[in-house]
Amino acid sequence: MTAGVIGKAIRRKEDPALIQGKGLYTDDMKMAGMLHAAFVRSPFGKARIVGIDASAAMAIEGVHAVYTADDVRDLGPLLAQVAIGALRPLLADGVVNHVGEAVAMVVASDRYIAQDGTKAVDVDYEPLEAVVDLEDAASDRVIANDSNESNVIHVWEVGDADAVAAARASEGAIEVSVKMINQRLIPTAIEPRSALADYNAGYGSVTLYSSSQIPHAVAGAIGKTFGLTSNNVRVIAPEVGGGFGAKLNYYAEEALVTFASRELGSPVKWTETRREASVATIHGRGWVGTATIIGTSDGKILAYELDALSDMGAYTQNFTVAIPLLGQYVAPGQYDIPIHWKIGCVVTNAPTTDAYRGAGRPEAIFYLERIIDAFARQIGMDPADVRKKNFFEEFPAATAAGMLMDSGDYRANLDKLLELADYQGLRQKQEEARKEGRNIGIGLSTYVEVCGFGPSALAEGGFSWAAYGLPAAFNGSGLVRVNPDGTATVMIGTGPSGQGHETTWAQIVSDALGISVDNVQVRHGDTRDSPMGIGTFGSRSLAVDGSATAQAAEKVRTKAARVAAHMLEASPDDIEFADGGAHVAGSPDKTVTWAEIAEVSYQPHRLPEGMEGGMEANAVFSPANATWPFGSHLAVVEVDDTTGDVVLMDYFAMDDCGNVINPMIVDGQVHGGLAQGISQALFEHAIFDEDGNLLTGSLLDYPIPTAGDLPSFQLDRTTTPTDVNPMGVKGIGEAGTIGSAQTVVNAVIDAVAHMGVTHIDMPLRPKRVWQAIHRNGG
Amino acid sequence: MQVSMTVNGRTRTADVEARTLLVHYLREQLNLTGTHVGCETSYCGACTVLVDGKATKSCTVLAVQAEGADVTTVEGLANGELHPVQEGFWERHGLQCGFCTPGMIMSAVALLNENDNPSEDEIRHGIEGNLCRCTGYHNIVRSIEYAAATMRGEDPPASQWKDES
Repeated sequence: MTAGVIGKAIRRKEDPALIQGKGLYTDDMKMAGMLHAAFVRSPFGKARIVGIDASAAMAIEGVHAVYTADDVRDLGPLLAQVAIGALRPLLADGVVNHVGEAVAMVVASDRYIAQDGTKAVDVDYEPLEAVVDLEDAASDRVIANDSNESNVIHVWEVGDADAVAAARASEGAIEVSVKMINQRLIPTAIEPRSALADYNAGYGSVTLYSSSQIPHAVAGAIGKTFGLTSNNVRVIAPEVGGGFGAKLNYYAEEALVTFASRELGSPVKWTETRREASVATIHGRGWVGTATIIGTSDGKILAYELDALSDMGAYTQNFTVAIPLLGQYVAPGQYDIPIHWKIGCVVTNAPTTDAYRGAGRPEAIFYLERIIDAFARQIGMDPADVRKKNFFEEFPAATAAGMLMDSGDYRANLDKLLELADYQGLRQKQEEARKEGRNIGIGLSTYVEVCGFGPSALAEGGFSWAAYGLPAAFNGSGLVRVNPDGTATVMIGTGPSGQGHETTWAQIVSDALGISVDNVQVRHGDTRDSPMGIGTFGSRSLAVDGSATAQAAEKVRTKAARVAAHMLEASPDDIEFADGGAHVAGSPDKTVTWAEIAEVSYQPHRLPEGMEGGMEANAVFSPANATWPFGSHLAVVEVDDTTGDVVLMDYFAMDDCGNVINPMIVDGQVHGGLAQGISQALFEHAIFDEDGNLLTGSLLDYPIPTAGDLPSFQLDRTTTPTDVNPMGVKGIGEAGTIGSAQTVVNAVIDAVAHMGVTHIDMPLRPKRVWQAIHRNGG
Repeated sequence: MQVSMTVNGRTRTADVEARTLLVHYLREQLNLTGTHVGCETSYCGACTVLVDGKATKSCTVLAVQAEGADVTTVEGLANGELHPVQEGFWERHGLQCGFCTPGMIMSAVALLNENDNPSEDEIRHGIEGNLCRCTGYHNIVRSIEYAAATMRGEDPPASQWKDES
């Protein structure tokens, strides 16, 4: 082992290029003869397309083509993994069902002329009645997308309605029920999407650069759309400027630039504008529901119920309908309680929703942890004590959602959080501030996350990429190669967008082989080179692909030990690896360097008899279970009751993601997750008018937080390893988001409850907070 | 139209359409793709460059408006060795996806040129014109604190991470 590589805050290998402006993102790519695409998009929530006249656009010098549904209909609709409900046509076919739906594609010699072309395409629309409000849509008063018979395209339900009824009827039962909105959000990676296709009819193959989290899946989907085998499609996700789930999709624009490149015989690039991103890239969240706790006055929870609707938008894409299912998996959170959980998936005239950081789990935990807080307030018990009274205490824990959580230590985690934040001290300060007329609030939440997908057997239940022509399970893969000069190259099938895989994976391989982190180069994101992987999402990369890489490194180590033993005339069992080479245990002077081992490995006549030349290994890893990270968060806010302004004074996060490879990177993931959850609580909301117009389509109207909006965060960890993978790691990408929105809301309610406020829907902008306070005569 | 300006110390002259934005001139004609485009409303700051020393959002400046100007992009910041702000971002994990980073670094350089010892609050407000979606800004603030100390010739504040092996 190379001492101190695992668990060490090593600065990132990714950074030198990125801090010098040398990192290459999709829009940075240029090809000879490259053309530029831009899209004509619907200005209506729902309308019939009466006619499209592209003649004026075609007359513009530099416009090469204008394509409409007639040109691409035979390519079929956009593929989706969970194909429940109407799929999206590549270009609107006779009708548009949301603002921003692509109606025509203009291809021109540069991006300015392509934009000119879109302005010159004349589309004649006949507006139709749209439906945006979730409850209105669920009534089927108006059918949002006429390809569906009902707007409610699926209902997810789990738990035991009888147990809830029995709890409700039991003696001394106290019931607390709150209707709450978990609002629709726009993910807003700072890099808009971009795609560049080069279809080479001579080779019968296509190369597609795309700002994607799932290059392999996109390669499969492009192959299926265009009738190519997967080995004739090369998808490259170069540097990806943030994803957050929004780039975990096969998008129409990826297919359309490929189509245009095939038709025109030139590379074609499209890069989204920010306004376009707000309607063409998936949204997240968008739930309305009533949460109910039935319990007793001593804090015991007898049952939890959720009755909710989730907004799918106009068309089903990749995982759209499955997002609430991910929430269902964690519906009971950390609590050993009966539940009944039901959620309807509702089509509306709005952009498609899909996975946005947390994907169903932030929504699920929001409802649970908000209503637990309301219950604690109702019975006059400390919210920390209510939570502790209902925790799972023993593991593995079988939950009321039908899941088996392998490991956890919820009480120790919450206790450590309360100590970090000095909870009792905070409560005292809150009381003193109250006497001075200041409204300080303290909010708590716990969470569990389910991630690290996942078990190969999930493929039997539809969790594979079969719809994209890749019937591969959610495996992880890793290939470790020691090069003839003694450096290592690692190829992985993930699709990172800032998570530091090149560094973390180098630490894993360095630890196994004793090759320095500087001499380990990690490659990802190019389907031609990297082994089959399914990308980066659901906090899965380290637990699954990282584990595969650790196993591949172990195979290399085993072989290298035999080579070194042969060279040193020792037993392979006595070989140890450290400091760039191998030595015989107890004899540090009997050493060979990795360069020497590699040299022999690539000259097979010098190897032990019968041993194959080379020094590389591949591994595919499929875990037995998902992983179950958990944690608890605490927020301190101050609310100005004269203005409704909320100031987030302090934020404490105590997360448990199992073992940690690089604490710096893990903390960074938590920080970013917190910012997005806090921002849902305080700032962000995708607002539509009743006709389906997006009123928050630019960063001026859709305020993601600035540095001045957030405090520094106070983090610590507990460490409860899992045994479902060899490194005992769980995942940390989404934890911060899952834990935080309701923590902030709970804090704000705690600050203003003395004025009679029991709930305020997010985002807690000053106007809403002020109205809530003053509606109650405060 | 012909436009001439100094970019990263070199005089560059080219024919551009009058409507060409400075950011597109830099990225597409000069191939300086380190300056990024994250929006078109001058809000996200990914396109920030220095124009005559001032942090400027190059997505809302026409290339011809920069006639005769001295423009510095992120590619022109390192001078044989990394600029202290670049060093700070590397040392204190001030970036994840890296897309906002060039603009963020240029704004931080401009901030520290005006105030070599900013408080946390001054740093946070000083970079409000640059959006980051990955870091929650926590480590960007630490990175700028690191750079500020280095530029004053002082030891940077201690790292917040302890090894967990």
